[in-house]
Amino acid sequence: MSMFLETLIGGLLAGAMYSLVAIGFVLIYKASGVFNYAQGSILLFGALTFVTLTENGVPAYGAIAITIALLIATAIAVEKLLLRPLTNRSPMTLFMATLGLSYVVEGVAQGIMGSQVRALNLGIEDLPIFIGDILISQFDLMAAGVALALVIALSLLFNRTRIGIQLRGVADDTRAALSLGIDINRIWQIVWAVAGIVGLVAGLLWGARQGVQFSLSLVVLKALPVLIIGGFTSIPGAIVGGLIVGAGESLAETYIGPFLGGGITPWFAYALALVFLFIRPSGLFGERSIERV
Amino acid sequence: MAELDLRATAEPADLVGLKAIGLAVVTALALAAPFFVSEYWINAIIVPFLILSLAGLGLNLLTGYAGQLSLGAGAFMMVGAYATFALQLRMPELPLPFALIVAGLIAGAVGLVFGLPSTRIKGFYLIVSTLAAQFFFEWLFLKFPWFYNGNSSATIALSRGLSFFGLDANGPHGRYYFTLGIVTLLTFLSFNLIRGQTGRNWMAIRDMDTAAAVIGVPVLRAKLQAFAVSSFILGIAGALWAFAYLGSASVQSFGLHRSYQVLFIIIIGGLGTIRGAYLGAAFVSLLPLALDWLFQYLFSGQVDAGLLQNIQKAIFGILIIWFLIREPEGLSRLLAIRRTASRRLFPS
Repeated sequence: MSMFLETLIGGLLAGAMYSLVAIGFVLIYKASGVFNYAQGSILLFGALTFVTLTENGVPAYGAIAITIALLIATAIAVEKLLLRPLTNRSPMTLFMATLGLSYVVEGVAQGIMGSQVRALNLGIEDLPIFIGDILISQFDLMAAGVALALVIALSLLFNRTRIGIQLRGVADDTRAALSLGIDINRIWQIVWAVAGIVGLVAGLLWGARQGVQFSLSLVVLKALPVLIIGGFTSIPGAIVGGLIVGAGESLAETYIGPFLGGGITPWFAYALALVFLFIRPSGLFGERSIERV
Repeated sequence: MAELDLRATAEPADLVGLKAIGLAVVTALALAAPFFVSEYWINAIIVPFLILSLAGLGLNLLTGYAGQLSLGAGAFMMVGAYATFALQLRMPELPLPFALIVAGLIAGAVGLVFGLPSTRIKGFYLIVSTLAAQFFFEWLFLKFPWFYNGNSSATIALSRGLSFFGLDANGPHGRYYFTLGIVTLLTFLSFNLIRGQTGRNWMAIRDMDTAAAVIGVPVLRAKLQAFAVSSFILGIAGALWAFAYLGSASVQSFGLHRSYQVLFIIIIGGLGTIRGAYLGAAFVSLLPLALDWLFQYLFSGQVDAGLLQNIQKAIFGILIIWFLIREPEGLSRLLAIRRTASRRLFPS
């Protein structure tokens, strides 16, 4: 029983890290209807910039500030050079444009800052702690705490500030928001910047875990089943989805994996997502769309 | 997205003549090509270009014509390659062309299975199904030695190479003609499929599936057909990629980057056009070479390979975005515009 609990808790905590990545997607999808494939490379870009700056002697706070400034600049550039010219194009075109964007961001980031693996130390010691006889990773616990704090901050932003209300307006009905005089281009910039910052947080945590390198941008592929299960439009969905995927993966690897020769994590999350899709085609918390001819 | 030709009158006779002459010239060039260019060009550029065109064609049927976004092209190519290998290894009496067809059918059946979710899921949610295929087969073909016959480096290669019916197609010319023959045949078949009821059903679903269902298009059947036909072609392209181009292949030859490459081919070439697959494949296979030459010329080997790769990547990304903004219908559309312009200049 304690082994089951340990696997479950470990999985749930790892799932919180998936949620962090997925939240960045949801923010952008809600506000601009873009499935942003480049979120993974933004994550890599943020973490890589931070590491390069600290390696060159910039103190951590300064490095964070500079990285955030760069992410905001990227968001503005993306809005001006990519979203604006592609307004009113089909969602598929926008998706493919972000695929192109991910190539650009990865190419530029790695071209300037190098593509070798960098170690990232956040000063969190990864010592296991025991609760009863269950072993829990301190780092994972910390990451889950950060995810929780981020979600609270985001929900305050959305519900308590003027910008947040505008954001929700745009997400709800773009045309109505436009007619009320909301500057939609500005909202896009803000959302992409916020998603970039969420990506930076996720990138730093994942980077500390597995080193900062190209494979960090593949985290996006981990987030996809999470989004599918939770629905593209819901932040609570992203969190619940992340927890389900994390727990499911870790339980499956322990209990089903041995029968299949192990190593089933890369595709198990996708199989799980497909099962959920058959039951609820737009995710657990997604909005059900009504189609008219 | 496709060009719709709604003219009721036939094309002027001289134009038909011009088309026939054009076709004859292309055929002659394609047949005579190996005698003009070096072996390096055949092996390293023309054969992969032809195979990528075929893969692009396969994906274009699904994504460009039937409107079902797929990120799993590599997976279906992988299935085709591994199925061909298994058939040639375990049923040596089956000649290679038939093995290719059976492998294509297996890939088609796999495509059908992974297309089943499309009957219930739409749009982006669907990419999860094709990505599931991608990761599942990468795992499957690496995990069980049966698929690569216990080879120590986990690669697959045909022991007899490309020989069948007493013919030996292992040389550069043989590989070229073998590939060319298959690619031409499948292009011709796809062309006819698109012109017929099947293709029209696909396009109706792409443009609006609810409306298509209302006017009586059998949506579910047509979607599954698209998955099966597309995977059939991709499977054969995968087998060619493994055995006519690479010689020996592994799971990495058909990774996610291959899926993206094929997707880029049809975006750049033009979604929903047959010739778009060829134009896109030419672009994708020639651009890296052109950039290589350019950088060699500019920096003469002072820039290291890693940096060069990243620069190429960034340029590639910029070109994709640029294409999507400027000409969402791809190179194929640009060609059509030029043609009408020249027709206006020289009225017949």
